[in-house]
Amino acid sequence: MSTTEKASLARAGRGPLGALEDGWVVAQRNLVKIKRVPEVLVFVLISPIMFVLLFAFVFGGAIDPGDGSNYREFLIGGIFAQTVVFGATFTGAGLAEDMQKGIIDRFRSLPMSPSAVLVGRTTSDVVYNVLSLIIMALTGLLIGWRVREGVLDMLAGFGLLLLFAYAVSWVMAYVGLLVPSVEVINNASFIVIMPLTFVSNAFVPLESFSGVLRQFVLWNPVSALTQASRELFGNTSPASAPDAWSMQHPVLYTLLWVVLILVVFVPLSVNRYRRATSR
Amino acid sequence: MTAMISARGLTKRFKDVEALSGLDLDVPEGTVLALLGPNGAGKTTSVRCLTTLLRPDSGTATVAGADVLADPDLVRSRIGLSGQYAAVDEHLTGFENLVMVGRLYGLGRQRSRERAQELLERFDLTDAGGRPSKTYSGGMRRRLDLAGALVASPPVLVLDEPTTGLDPRSRLQMWDVIRDLVAGGATLLLTTQYLEEADRLADDIVVIDHGREIARGTADELKARTGGERVEIVLADGSHAEAVRSVLATVAVGEVGVEENGRELTAAVEGGVLALQRVLTGVQELPGVEVLDVGLRRPTLDDVFLTLTGHAAETDTSDETAEATR
Ligand SMILES: Nc1ncnc2c1ncn2[C@@H]1O[C@H](COP(=O)(O)OP(=O)(O)OP(=O)(O)O)[C@@H](O)[C@H]1O
Ligand SMILES: [Mg+2]
Repeated sequence: MSTTEKASLARAGRGPLGALEDGWVVAQRNLVKIKRVPEVLVFVLISPIMFVLLFAFVFGGAIDPGDGSNYREFLIGGIFAQTVVFGATFTGAGLAEDMQKGIIDRFRSLPMSPSAVLVGRTTSDVVYNVLSLIIMALTGLLIGWRVREGVLDMLAGFGLLLLFAYAVSWVMAYVGLLVPSVEVINNASFIVIMPLTFVSNAFVPLESFSGVLRQFVLWNPVSALTQASRELFGNTSPASAPDAWSMQHPVLYTLLWVVLILVVFVPLSVNRYRRATSR
Repeated sequence: MTAMISARGLTKRFKDVEALSGLDLDVPEGTVLALLGPNGAGKTTSVRCLTTLLRPDSGTATVAGADVLADPDLVRSRIGLSGQYAAVDEHLTGFENLVMVGRLYGLGRQRSRERAQELLERFDLTDAGGRPSKTYSGGMRRRLDLAGALVASPPVLVLDEPTTGLDPRSRLQMWDVIRDLVAGGATLLLTTQYLEEADRLADDIVVIDHGREIARGTADELKARTGGERVEIVLADGSHAEAVRSVLATVAVGEVGVEENGRELTAAVEGGVLALQRVLTGVQELPGVEVLDVGLRRPTLDDVFLTLTGHAAETDTSDETAEATR
């Protein structure tokens, strides 16, 4: 009996379509966990509600955004941005956990695409973000937030939030591959994500920052994302946008960051994954 | 016969540990090679190098005609691996685990489902197939993992300690499964800490320690070198050790081992039962010797080490080894 006669059923090197299929198979595997451990989902859904209520009521009455708009309404866009960006921690944690478990040896011994575990993880986390956006929007509506532009603009707003969150997922995926254990990931993500979301216009109007900090806020992609979603939801007027290119063209500027992050972190993460050894 | 697995001069170093230091392996098509060694010998490291999970520092290897370093993806499409720790997703059911593996091998949805069902039946897991694998016993998980390795019917199988942690009955079942696979034409590399297991399953055995080969041959050849069965005798006290030792010496091949302050004596013998009989008769004639236990046993990994290297197997996790060699 020769090798060729007793060929295995497997097909190696199935091209880009095969890579997508592999990614989807892994994403489905991740999503099964929602079904089997629904507690995770409860946590995922309750924390956005907490965020909306806490920020809206703690900061909501304190500050006047200065353009005559309702501050609580103004705040919601920032809360959306902050929550979906924080959601990327989940990606890092999920990946760090995968790398520690035995299953990763199975994946790495299969002729599957080397990007599949990462594509699958970041994709399944989009589902979490969609759910948390829906929950936050409903909570927002309950406390007086309104969409004041058309449906298309609204969808574009949610789309942009998801897209940016997806890109940040890849950053955290990379961090998840670097850290030695799941426990470290929360702290690691704090270091990356906290400054980005808090030194931005998400909660505090730009006017409260000055000097270097003000420049950081102006060019921080989270600020642009926040500005873009406020404009698309009609919660602020583009006319009152700060005088910086990033704030004048927040959608474009956010999209540029999405591309930049993906171009850097997708290859970086895939390469890291290839070389990482489990345990 | 062509070698389905062939490795030359594999080395791998982890910081200050030389996990592999120049290992050569050859497994002809349709045969079983057992890699036998104590904890920390480098079994898993060899397996990981051959299955593309780990890059050796130097050396070359081909598996099923594909180069491990140059063409890892082709290797992966031709091997099935069942690692030392079961690689299953605990949240997925047994069925879902196997379907996932099938799809990642590129079998397609329908074929993967059929294959998963076939394998669940074959491994006696049909009833449990719908439960998350988290609820499985160690033996069931092990079987599911092996099933995962077989999904694509690969021509080469690599099994890292397939029976460690299984109860005697599950171990016998696993041996049957492995024999079936070989009868079906598969080429197999398996690692084990049990000489008996290597003896039962393998055509060839390579004994390794500290990442290097210390002996190789068929089970019979190794047994010939290590002196086959052992007569072991346990005395109530050590005062008669010398007298008993000289009785054992009349049948022993090589030296008589004396341990536990002369209370435990062991000798490799030829012609098992006959030798035992002669020892018993001899000891009975000695006045005042109280025998607590006497018996014939197969050589263990420890015996192999003792004869081949003159020292017992040293390990980094001594309690586990003590268990394994008992
Ligand atoms: N990732 C790693 N980092 C550092 N040292 C390692 C690593 N993997 C293995 N080693 C070391 O290399 C040596 C060989 O380990 P290996 O796992 O190959 O042994 P083994 O024969 O499989 O042992 P066991 O029977 O315990 O499974 C050991 O000393 C081990 O501590
Ligand atoms: Mg091992």
